[in-house]
Amino acid sequence: MNPILVGPLTVAGISTVLALIIAVLDKLLNNYGEVEISINGGEKKLKVKGGSPLLGTLAAENIFVPSACGGRGTCGACKCKIVSDVGPHLPTETPFMSQKEIESNIHLACQVKVRKSLEIELPRELFSIKKYKSHVEKIRDLTHDIKEVLFSLDEGEIEFVSGQYVQIVIPPYGEIKESVQRAYSMSSVPSDRTHVELLIRLVPGGIATTYVHKFLKEGDALELVGPFGEFRVHDTPAAMICVAGGSGMAPFKSIFYNLYETNAFPEKEIWYFFGARTSNDMFYLDELRKLQEKWPRFHFVAALSEPSPEEHWQGDTGLITDVLDRYLQTKVPKNDKGWEGYLCGSPGMINACINVMKKNGITEDKIYYDKFA
Amino acid sequence: MIDAPNVGLLSLFLASILTSNILLANFLGTCSFISISKDFKSSMGLGIAVTLVIGITAAVCWVVLYYIIEPLGIEYLSFIIFIIVIAGVVQMLEMIIDRFSPALYMALGIFLPLITVNCAVLGVILFMQIRKYNFPQAVVFGFGSGAGWWLAIMLLASIRRKLDANNAVPAGLKGTGITLVTIGFMAMAFVGFSGMIAVQ
Repeated sequence: MNPILVGPLTVAGISTVLALIIAVLDKLLNNYGEVEISINGGEKKLKVKGGSPLLGTLAAENIFVPSACGGRGTCGACKCKIVSDVGPHLPTETPFMSQKEIESNIHLACQVKVRKSLEIELPRELFSIKKYKSHVEKIRDLTHDIKEVLFSLDEGEIEFVSGQYVQIVIPPYGEIKESVQRAYSMSSVPSDRTHVELLIRLVPGGIATTYVHKFLKEGDALELVGPFGEFRVHDTPAAMICVAGGSGMAPFKSIFYNLYETNAFPEKEIWYFFGARTSNDMFYLDELRKLQEKWPRFHFVAALSEPSPEEHWQGDTGLITDVLDRYLQTKVPKNDKGWEGYLCGSPGMINACINVMKKNGITEDKIYYDKFA
Repeated sequence: MIDAPNVGLLSLFLASILTSNILLANFLGTCSFISISKDFKSSMGLGIAVTLVIGITAAVCWVVLYYIIEPLGIEYLSFIIFIIVIAGVVQMLEMIIDRFSPALYMALGIFLPLITVNCAVLGVILFMQIRKYNFPQAVVFGFGSGAGWWLAIMLLASIRRKLDANNAVPAGLKGTGITLVTIGFMAMAFVGFSGMIAVQ
């Protein structure tokens, strides 16, 4: 044989043999047969195939434990109590667990592999989370990197509280071989039970956002899972100090229009600070200003951090944290009803805003936020 | 088939642990040695994993070397082939341990896949090739070197625990600095074994 070919062929041969052995081993070893998952002391019993993470196994049975990262072990949302012994916590779980949670056998459902029959406990609300078949009714460009996507549900109605989120199920595409789920806050109002609107910002290299921005077309079918989340308006007379950046607009859009429609919590004053870099990143300006005109308790402050002179920007300028600080010290009326903080945006923005709010006397237990991970 | 060195298995085993300790005489596998040794329990897990992997890959690579690489005359590719074999064996080992001993799998955790890139593993296999060991010698040398690595990391982890407890290290030397100095002393201490058994 040609000596030049011997080397590459041998390397290829050895790799193939190893890959084959690994594939066969995987088939043989990763087969745990049929196991039973018993939920809440036998309230629900599922017969499932073992060998996969608990999160995916439950999802295949239409029980959707909330997970913002889709099972990568980075968000720490899919906590659930496992009564059976599944061994010690993995190093991938411990960063998300308090000592108390570790002692009471709370695990991350995405990190626990179903090896044998398990007994677990889940909040009963999770059973009401459903998977909705939907199709894309409309896609609109809000800025160069944010799209407003309106989904129309094919069957059934969704009941949710403004501020909650859904997960969209991204099918495999291009290089991405597995379906993934990503969480997005709903920007539509709960009174429209047959539509879900999401604001999706393109994250360079992001699996779901790339799919939505480059592949998704009007008319495409897509599955939604939800609703999830605890971010919502709290029933107190305190004024809402809301701060958002980028697609952090979504839950607030839903919250404001819902409050306006239903006139719920009539005592609450609402202050909304929205920050962007240039006017290219600014959106919904006219809508929100119109809302402000017809709704006296709503105050909208839009700020640009780097407006260029040719934009003729009329609103506030500066980093949103500086604008927030200025308004809290001089413009937002102080009274005995107090203030509550509501934040949605990147972790950096949220942490900075929490500091500004604390400095202005809002205690941490009155600051609610939704961080994108 | 090969001209194996005339050395007894027991002395080879002891030599690979003590006189030519893969870590303290050859300084291979130092990166994980320094980073993991700050935690006693992790050191234990990593030590076991390294011993298992070096022992098993030495045996597999011996077979690959003398039944595939040498007959075909492609010694120039042996590095690449060894690395592929190490990666494959680690993957299989991980699956087998996961299935049959979940407790050990949990204990080893992320360390098992990390061993793929531990240079001590490749180092042992290359020594085995250069020194022309026969099969039993290769297996003993593999497990011995692994055990030597394990011993060294346990010693260092214990020393570091004592150092931390005393809190007497100057600020500028804390962490990697004092660890490197400690490794130097340990290596010198191990030189003391060198007269006992010689294996080249």
